[in-house]
Formats: sequence, C-alpha cells, structure tokens
Amino acid sequence: MASLSLQTPAKSIGLVSPQKVLIDKPLTLACGTVLPTHELVFETYGTLNSDKNNAILICHALSGNHHAAGFYEGDSKPGWWDHYIGPGKAIDSDRFFIVSVNNIGSCFGSTGPTSTNPATGRAWGADFPSLRARDWVESQKLLMEHLAIECWAAVIGGSLGGMQAMRWSLEHPDKLLNAVVIASSMKLSAQNIAFNEIARRAIKSDPNFCDGNYLQQNRAPLHGLALARMIGHVTYLSDEALGKKFGRELASGDFIGSTEDPIEFQIESYLNYQGDKFSSNFDANSYILITRMLDYFDLSREYGNSPVSAFEHAQCNFLLISFSSDWRFSPKRSQEITDALITAGKNVSYTAIESNQGHDAFLLPNDRYQKTLSNYLRRVADQLGAA
Amino acid sequence: MNHNFSFISGWIRSGSRLLDLGCGDGSLLADLTSSHNVRGYGLEIDSGSIEKCIARGVNVVEQDLNRGLDNFADNSFDTVVMTQALQAMRYPHLVLDEMLRIGSECIITFPNFGSWRTRAYLAFRGRMPVTKQLAYQWYDTPNIHFFTYSDFEALCQERNINVMHRKFIAEQFPDNLLKNLWPNLFTETAVYHLSR
Repeated sequence: MASLSLQTPAKSIGLVSPQKVLIDKPLTLACGTVLPTHELVFETYGTLNSDKNNAILICHALSGNHHAAGFYEGDSKPGWWDHYIGPGKAIDSDRFFIVSVNNIGSCFGSTGPTSTNPATGRAWGADFPSLRARDWVESQKLLMEHLAIECWAAVIGGSLGGMQAMRWSLEHPDKLLNAVVIASSMKLSAQNIAFNEIARRAIKSDPNFCDGNYLQQNRAPLHGLALARMIGHVTYLSDEALGKKFGRELASGDFIGSTEDPIEFQIESYLNYQGDKFSSNFDANSYILITRMLDYFDLSREYGNSPVSAFEHAQCNFLLISFSSDWRFSPKRSQEITDALITAGKNVSYTAIESNQGHDAFLLPNDRYQKTLSNYLRRVADQLGAA
Repeated sequence: MNHNFSFISGWIRSGSRLLDLGCGDGSLLADLTSSHNVRGYGLEIDSGSIEKCIARGVNVVEQDLNRGLDNFADNSFDTVVMTQALQAMRYPHLVLDEMLRIGSECIITFPNFGSWRTRAYLAFRGRMPVTKQLAYQWYDTPNIHFFTYSDFEALCQERNINVMHRKFIAEQFPDNLLKNLWPNLFTETAVYHLSR
C-alpha cells in the first residue's frame, strides 16, 4: 500500500538553477535548414539512478520554459509546474530524475530568434527557421544523449507539451516507456488556428514590429505582443473561472458618479496586467514561430491522415487527461486520441477531470488530477525498481 | 462490486481483445490479463474506480455507457463484457445490440429479479426488495430496469441473439441446489455468453 505521506503534496524542491549546454551536433530541421550547433537551457530535479532508467522529460507548451519547479534565488514564485513536480509530488523528484528543457525557438536562453545567427552575426529575428514539434523532439533527443539517458521512463506534457509526447512515441518508439498527454490534441481546429492568427496579426500590426527585425533597431512590439497574449489568455480560461474570479467587479471608478476615476472592470485591469507582464518577458518572433508550430502540428498527416496508422508505430503506454471546461483542447480531442490508441491496440488510460479552470487547469492544483498522475507514475516508478 | 465470475475465463481465448463495460476497480481485467494475456480495456465513470484501475495498471477509459459506444468500430473486440450493470443502463436492449456490434461475443451478468427471494420480499412485505445484491432503496438505486431470467431469455429470442452458454449462480441454500432446475426462481445472478 502507498504510504500516507504520498497523499499530501509535499514541499517544493527548493532552490534550483538552470544549466546550459551547447549541443555540438547538427540538427536538421523539418524545414530542411540545418542548425550546426544549438544551445539548450534546462533544469533537472532528482537524481539519475545507476540504471539510468528513471528519467522523465517535461515538455513545455507555447509560453513555457525550463523552469518548471523549485525557486530561483530571491524569487517568490516557483516554476510553472511546481504543483506537480517535487519531492513526494505527482512527478516525484525523490524517485525520478526529471529533465525540463527550454526548447529551441523559444526565448529563455535556448537557441531562438533572439540568438545570434552565425551566418550574419546579428540576431535571427524573423529569419529563424520555421519549426515543427518534431524539431523540438529531435533537439530533446540530442539533450537525452548528452545526459546519457537511453530511455525515458516517461515523457510528459500539457497542451503543446502533449503533442511533443505523442510525437516522441512515433519518432522514437523505443526511447520512452510512457507518454502522459494532458489537455492536448492531435491537431488544431479551425477555431484554434483562428485565435492564433489574431494573435500574430496583433503582433505584426504593432509599428515596432518592423517586419520582425525589431531587435536590430532596438525596438520591441510590446503592445502587439501584449494584445496577442490577452487574446490567448482568454482562450485558456473558462467563462465560469473568469466569472468566479472577477465577475463584474470594478478596479476603478463606479456607476454612481461619486468619483472622477474612469470605470475599469477588474477583468480589464487583470488582462492588461497579464499582457504587459508577458510582453516584457517573451519575444514576439518566438510567439509567432511557436503559434505557427502549433497550427502546423498534425499527428497523422504523414500516416495517411489516419491516427490509428500513426499510433501503430508507438510502443509505449499512454495516459491521457482532459479537463471538462477546456474549450481550447476540449475533452473530445483527448477522447479521439484515446479511441485511436485503443483501435491501434496500445495500452491507454484516459480520464476526464472535472474542472472549471479551462485549459489552464493542467497547471493548477486539482485533487483528482494530482491523484491520477501520482497513481500512474508511482506504478511506473515501482516497475522500474527505482528508489 | 465483488467479482466471483472467474469461470468466465473459460469463455475467453488467450490473447484476445477484451472490452469491459463498467469495469469497476479493474480486478476482472487484471486477472484476465495475467491469466489469459488479454489486451483489455475497461470503461468506467466512477472516479474512485478509475483511480484504482490506473494504480493497478489496468487500461481504463472514462466514458459514460449511457452516452453510447459509437466511438468503437464494428467487431473491434473479441469479447465485450458487462458484469452487473445492464440493469443500470437507460436502454439495456440497445446496449446489448451495441455490445454485439462491437464484440464478436459478449458476456453479461445480471441479478435475477425473478428469484423467489425478491418475489417473496415484494409479496409479503409489500416493499421494493432490498437484498444483498440489490442493496439500494428504490429512490437511490442505480438499477433502473429490473428484469428476470425469463425476461432476458425472451429478449435474446426476440433480437435473434445466440446464447452460447448460460450459467446460474446462487450461494444460499436451497437455491444453490435448485438453480439449474428452476433458474427463474432460484438464480441470484445469471451469466450469459452471447453472440449474434
């Protein structure tokens, strides 16, 4: 029987620091461009065992990075998945060696549009090659080799992270034992692409965008990027969650005329704050690049558009999780993945978690979600004979 | 739900594809996976049961049987199993059709409401039977369709369902001695192995 201590989420992993590695092997991207070398920033939590079979890869989504758990010196906020990664937590750093990498094309230290293009000596900017989810997988594979890991105990990701986990299962079927695919989809819907295009247009319409070459001119399309994020942010939340959190409460002014302050709803103030915060931390070209990567993702395109034919290549076990109020990648999308996996005869479990938090639920505390992940991964660890 | 249906393993071929509708804690699937190497999947809606399945490594899919099974292709499973849940379905006859569409064979178990014990309960107490098997009050029971052995036999005949095997279970005396003579009176739980 499981010990009681595993039932309550334990403390954080504590202070962590990122590492940087120069991958000194050429990476041929799906678009044909070759990156002769590239840099990856990553964090690890826990210890790789002597059999080197207890490693878990965390795949981040659109705006994520390598800082998934723990705290940086002086920071009050932990990594983006600290609820689920740490000692005694669902993704247990006492049992697993957890690798969280910032992927290429992003803007947190790994090679991307803000890095220097060796051919020109200037920032890549808008010229950074177009990326696919498989490019992230191949780059992660090179990091795996660098860390001398032969097989992942699990590859785990939410949203775009789940897409990478699925791609891993098809591209390197013998390199992972489990794929945990959370709030994800085999491809984007027209509505998903529509929201991404609105976001991209918001960025490109900013006069400071300069056709993507804003860095050379010491400018930044902060306004457009904030707007893009505001649009995206609304699609990550549910109507109910917004209603509960903000309702029609006012941040300033009132309707009885007792103040000169302009009327501003709390949701306006919140969204503007989120947009501005995001645009000061993220790169506009990366946002365009990665939303395009999402749009282009289609798990079964090269398998005759048959998800079943695609998953026939997989060898790992799958855990699928969706959230009831997620309207970006709704439970139906996860059910489709599950159906295809069953038809392909693969081991799969699927659970639809009740939540009013929308797509963002995959990042937030939820008792059932936590138990599902814990139960699944505890069994994975038990089977590895990990500590 | 306890399962004492180990004899149905004799009706399941080694290595076959199995779908268990309302799989509970997954114990039947776990047993058949280890004994018969089946490729099994369970459908379940109870979150506690789903967690147990995941913890023991049984493939479980959260799906409400009452919302249909049209995500499963014709003949995609060798055997579709449903233990003690048909009486809780909104349209048992349609579920039965679906099971026989998805699987080449079906195994169904259900509580026999025709047992003399439930008859006596209703006749002499004048109240809806609350028994060990049907342990709910009328207002909170998930069992919304009570039917008897004879009802089920008639349904199979009407819908041209082939009964490959039938087995009657009764543990109490004298039911255990008389169940095969008068199934409708002395069976507590009926088990059917069906095909089209």
